Amino acid sequence: MTAKHIGHNMKNATSLGFYIFLVPIILWLALLIVIPQIELLIMSLRFENDDEIMVWSFENYKEFFNNDIYWLTFLRTAMYAIFVTFLTFIITFPIAFYITKIVNKRYSAFLIILLLLPFWVSELVRVYGWTILLRESGVINYFLQSMGFTSSGIEFLYNDAAMIMGLVYTSMLFMAVPLISSLEGMDDSYIEAAHDLGASKLTIFFKIVIPYSASGIVSGSIVVFMLTLGNYLTPNLMGGKNSLWFTEQIYNEFIASLNWNQGAAFGFLLLALSSFIIWLGLKLTKQNLSKALS
Amino acid sequence: MIRTLPNSKAYSIGFKLYVIAFFIFLFAPLMVTSVLAFNDSNFPSLPWNGFTLDWFISDTEERLGILKDTQNLLSIWVSAQTAFFVSISSLIIGTLAAFLFEREHFRYKQFLFFLALTPLVIPGVILGISLLLSVNSTGLFLEDNFALDLEILRPSFWLVVLGQFAFITTFVLLVVSARLKKFDNSLEEAALNLGASKFQSIRYIIIPFLKPALIGAGAVAFLMSFENFNTTLFLIGSETTLPVNLYLQVRDGSTPVINAISFLLIMGTSVLAILNLIFSKKKS
Repeated sequence: MTAKHIGHNMKNATSLGFYIFLVPIILWLALLIVIPQIELLIMSLRFENDDEIMVWSFENYKEFFNNDIYWLTFLRTAMYAIFVTFLTFIITFPIAFYITKIVNKRYSAFLIILLLLPFWVSELVRVYGWTILLRESGVINYFLQSMGFTSSGIEFLYNDAAMIMGLVYTSMLFMAVPLISSLEGMDDSYIEAAHDLGASKLTIFFKIVIPYSASGIVSGSIVVFMLTLGNYLTPNLMGGKNSLWFTEQIYNEFIASLNWNQGAAFGFLLLALSSFIIWLGLKLTKQNLSKALS
Repeated sequence: MIRTLPNSKAYSIGFKLYVIAFFIFLFAPLMVTSVLAFNDSNFPSLPWNGFTLDWFISDTEERLGILKDTQNLLSIWVSAQTAFFVSISSLIIGTLAAFLFEREHFRYKQFLFFLALTPLVIPGVILGISLLLSVNSTGLFLEDNFALDLEILRPSFWLVVLGQFAFITTFVLLVVSARLKKFDNSLEEAALNLGASKFQSIRYIIIPFLKPALIGAGAVAFLMSFENFNTTLFLIGSETTLPVNLYLQVRDGSTPVINAISFLLIMGTSVLAILNLIFSKKKS
């Protein structure tokens, strides 16, 4: 079957060309993606015992479950990432709807450019901008003080709320683009017909707009969730002492404690979590990865 | 509810206010950062003490402007080089992959395509540490068994390039695939019928057709690489890239020189973004 199949599709003249295309792609995926993930799993199962010999063991995973701070941080990170994804959707959806369905068509291209522009700038610059706005000696406090609302500065930074705001801000683009493209493909006459037949705004919204843009919502949510879960900069620079993010613990194991095996176990847990949630999201909405991402 | 239907005044005004508030939220941090780059103060904060270019051109110990700041300039140069190599290599491999998945039929194609998409759903931190672990193991193995010591197997400039290439290639693949889907195959058939070789038809028919997507993907790849932090952090050697260098400075207390760098980045990326948009509009 195989030989016949290949022979049928490619004549000898083109098969060399085919391998010129295939081999670099196999190398890319095998050497840089597949093998490193397997290595991550292997390293997470290696443990240095009391005799300083490397053995196979679940010790690194046991450490994770026995130590409250590890699994609590893990759980917190997952919950917050889901919350951030939801919040990003709530904030971005009206904008996507406004740009595609309400504003005069002449302005929608301009608004899209305006929307994309800030996200071309490095995440670090955007987070830095928020820190000089929000901190105790920051710009917002300066205005509050000069208007007499407060005499001493208020620290808006270094807490969970600031961190969540920063994460939402960083993620908005990745929600907006798929939402806009799925809403753009929607024929306005569906909404007009429903309106003519007497449907209320809420009915139209839940029965027509949301189902129609489901694919955009799913792909936006996947990307936002994954980026939030894996974010390091924003929790690190905007969160407080108690806003520990799981990526920070991976960083600590790798850079500070130099316990790479423990770090590998944490990394593998994060990878498993993000794969699981994405799989669940795709299953629940009956989508598949290729469709959701392309 | 939409532009073709009658809307109540409250609905229209409410929506407009929300959109305005959203865009203020969107631009506030960038505006404030840019403005404070020109404030005559030793801290990136108000009050406004007057306009100065010190944080760009000054050369005193107290105020080291970005154009005299060799450490930061060097990191910009490292980032530019990294982005150059990453965008060229991911453009080549990503385009090859787009051709493979759009135009060839072979066994396990769906599976391979799925693998090619996974870099988008693997957190950047994981890509970084897993690559670090596997090159480290390979390095140890080669050293123990063959007494070989390869620089690429240690955190270094080229390892950063490899790590970023691993996931940026997927973006190129998606952008180029989207354009290749719209290609009219009869154009190529006509060229082949008229005696063009397979190579000539790719070179003179398909590549010009793909040009806007290639330019767009190249620009995005360059920026993604230039700004990458999560993957880079674990793979970096002695040559620090700009985002990592800035992060270390912001973490340890900031001076307005960071505002000056941010201002230049905002200007640079805006120009690149606008050029890219104009260019892709014209071509398509």
